[in-house]
Amino acid sequence: MLNVKNLHAKVEDKHILKGIELNVKPGEVHAIMGPNGSGKSTFANVLAGRDSYTVTEGLIEFEGQDMTERAPEERARDGVFLAFQYPVEIPGVNNIYLLKAALNAKRKQQGLPEVDAFDFLQLVKGKMQELKMDETMLYRDVNTGFSGGEKKRNEMLQMAILEPKLAILDETDSGLDIDALKIVSEGINALRSSERAIVLVTHYQRLLDYVKPDVVHVLSNGKIIKSGGSELAQQLEQSGYSWITDEVA
Amino acid sequence: MSNSDQQLEDILQQDYQHGFVSDVESETIPKGLNEDVVRLISAKKNEPEFLLEWRLKAFRHWLTMTEPNWANVYHPPIDYQDISYYSAPKDKKDGPKSLDEVDPELLATYEKLGIPLKEQEMLAGVAVDAVFDSVSVATTFKDKLAEQGIIFCSFSEAVQEHPELIEQYLGSVVPYTDNFFAALNSAVFSDGSFCYIPKGVRCPMELSTYFRINAASTGQFERTLVVAEPGSYVSYLEGCTAPMRDENQLHAAVVELIALEDAHIKYSTVQNWYPGDKDGKGGIYNFVTKRGDCRGNNSKISWTQVETGSAITWKYPSVILRGDNSVGEFYSVALTNNRQQADTGTKMYHIGKNTRSTIIAKGISAGYSQNSYRGLVKVAKSAEHARNFTQCDSLLMGDKCGAHTFPYIENKNASAQVEHEATTSKISDDQLFYLQQRGIATEDAVSMIVNGFCKQVLKELPMEFAVEAQKLLGISLEGSVG
Ligand SMILES: Nc1ncnc2c1ncn2[C@@H]1O[C@H](COP(=O)(O)OP(=O)(O)OP(=O)(O)O)[C@@H](O)[C@H]1O
Ligand SMILES: [Mg+2]
Repeated sequence: MLNVKNLHAKVEDKHILKGIELNVKPGEVHAIMGPNGSGKSTFANVLAGRDSYTVTEGLIEFEGQDMTERAPEERARDGVFLAFQYPVEIPGVNNIYLLKAALNAKRKQQGLPEVDAFDFLQLVKGKMQELKMDETMLYRDVNTGFSGGEKKRNEMLQMAILEPKLAILDETDSGLDIDALKIVSEGINALRSSERAIVLVTHYQRLLDYVKPDVVHVLSNGKIIKSGGSELAQQLEQSGYSWITDEVA
Repeated sequence: MSNSDQQLEDILQQDYQHGFVSDVESETIPKGLNEDVVRLISAKKNEPEFLLEWRLKAFRHWLTMTEPNWANVYHPPIDYQDISYYSAPKDKKDGPKSLDEVDPELLATYEKLGIPLKEQEMLAGVAVDAVFDSVSVATTFKDKLAEQGIIFCSFSEAVQEHPELIEQYLGSVVPYTDNFFAALNSAVFSDGSFCYIPKGVRCPMELSTYFRINAASTGQFERTLVVAEPGSYVSYLEGCTAPMRDENQLHAAVVELIALEDAHIKYSTVQNWYPGDKDGKGGIYNFVTKRGDCRGNNSKISWTQVETGSAITWKYPSVILRGDNSVGEFYSVALTNNRQQADTGTKMYHIGKNTRSTIIAKGISAGYSQNSYRGLVKVAKSAEHARNFTQCDSLLMGDKCGAHTFPYIENKNASAQVEHEATTSKISDDQLFYLQQRGIATEDAVSMIVNGFCKQVLKELPMEFAVEAQKLLGISLEGSVG
């Protein structure tokens, strides 16, 4: 599904990603962990095609196609979804308006007609119930004045509506209370299927207790320096990163 | 410059969509301005003596004035002798009785502009007084309005049919001495609209006028007068767009609104005159004087404007809050791109007791444009407990444009409350990427962010106008972002 080969990327002349290799198959969940500033969010943004980041070497294949040069909106419509570490506020733009525009953009790509207004509302309300979100959030401006946890849940709502093939979740668990973490985890698990892949960027074992990863990677200084099973995450939780970073150095 | 600034600029570089020239033959008098020209205009329109006298006084006063230079706009000197002050469509003499009699070419032109007169008649319930060049060519729904005593007609017609109303109210809000452009307009105004709502009548439909500039180097000097008798209500829409032109064209309109006791006038404008090409060549000089007078107690005047066109905009729709408890509102979106310059804002003159005013101004600057908000809140000694709230927000796209705010407050009454808030922000990379990541195309993302930014103002527009305005904001920024 996702095949990243020797990926190098820079932002404003700062070389951040230094040769990432990653292969994610349909149905898999991969966790990416690593120290602050190691390049996890950069990697997530590069996968989503953010153009302020320049790929200097290597390539990104999605479903067998090279998408390194594809525009972010095209990737999104192809089924790549990024849940942001810091979802941005967009004043004056209705949450439900954006949701609908996003869904219709994807449907258009698939040659489907615009979603029926009534069906759409039913769909959204159903998903909101699952995420235990208040319906009034729909009519508020996108993320504007939302609490940290509400923003993260709003990302999950968008994901649930868009049903991406590849979901990249950048620290969606950070800032969630214990109950919310459980709800969000259920949301992620609900999306798990043999046709989908999920990449979780996280600092904490707790999320991985709920959403069990197939593979855990450690990203450090722009490179994946270790990969393993879910036990690797537990090891990290106990011992931190230094034993691996030292090992590599 | 960051990557996205570059993309931003690409989207901004889109040609004016309404640029084309219509072929209707015009009857134009030679260029130049003197007393004879003023007399000729008045004679062609078969005007009563008082009006000719008024024009002449205005003209003589104008000769003593100089063009204002305090606005934050720059243009080559205007040669007022190089302008033709009158032009009329050729078929004017017979006067079309219905749309079927209107020059088909003209109708086609409106069609291209997205102003389907015919459909409007059937669908929207909007009465249209379309001004083509200087003379009205189509007026609809008049009979229906007449049943309620509402007068809605071209200014020329009002001069013939209701000279007493014109004599009573013309120049009573904007005297010909007011400013250079108002004096010029008073001397040579060609046509415009007149609207009169009798006592206690709530006008059952939105009244609307579409203006266009056509004949080459013909200045447009529109005159609009709206009178709302006690307890009446009217919502008036004005929208305009113009064909592509290579020369600068002067547009100096005057709009006067009079709200008597308990009356409410809502005046909405979408302005999309030709802004010039991306290097700033051509485009309309839009020097407008708009003022409303809340003459009676408890009266209310609301100005809502969406300004996206013109090479230069010089415009300050104002309200004189004379009656006690009267209310003035100004909601504005001014968008400038490429080399456009806008200096716009409002003036609120608080005179009566408990008068209230609200100013919400949103400026969007892109390309190399300059966008200034200029506002004056003046509270007279007599204005006990007057209140004003002003909010001014600027949104910058790219790093070569300018946004400026010039708020002036003159408060002579200690019981008055005047509040001012201002923000400046850049369209953020984060917002753009967020929307793109949700599958929204860059241009649509920009349009969405900009419309969100303007929401407070757009929601004040009548529904069908709001939709048009939203599209316009998107179109005006197309080719500009990324
Ligand atoms: N636009 C930018 N300009 C300059 N430096 C940047 C930019 N974006 C990221 N960086 C730098 O790149 C490095 C990697 O940042 P990134 O956000 O990818 O880290 P991260 O692994 O997600 O960290 P965290 O765990 O704290 O979220 C950091 O040193 C950061 O300061
Ligand atoms: Mg991060």
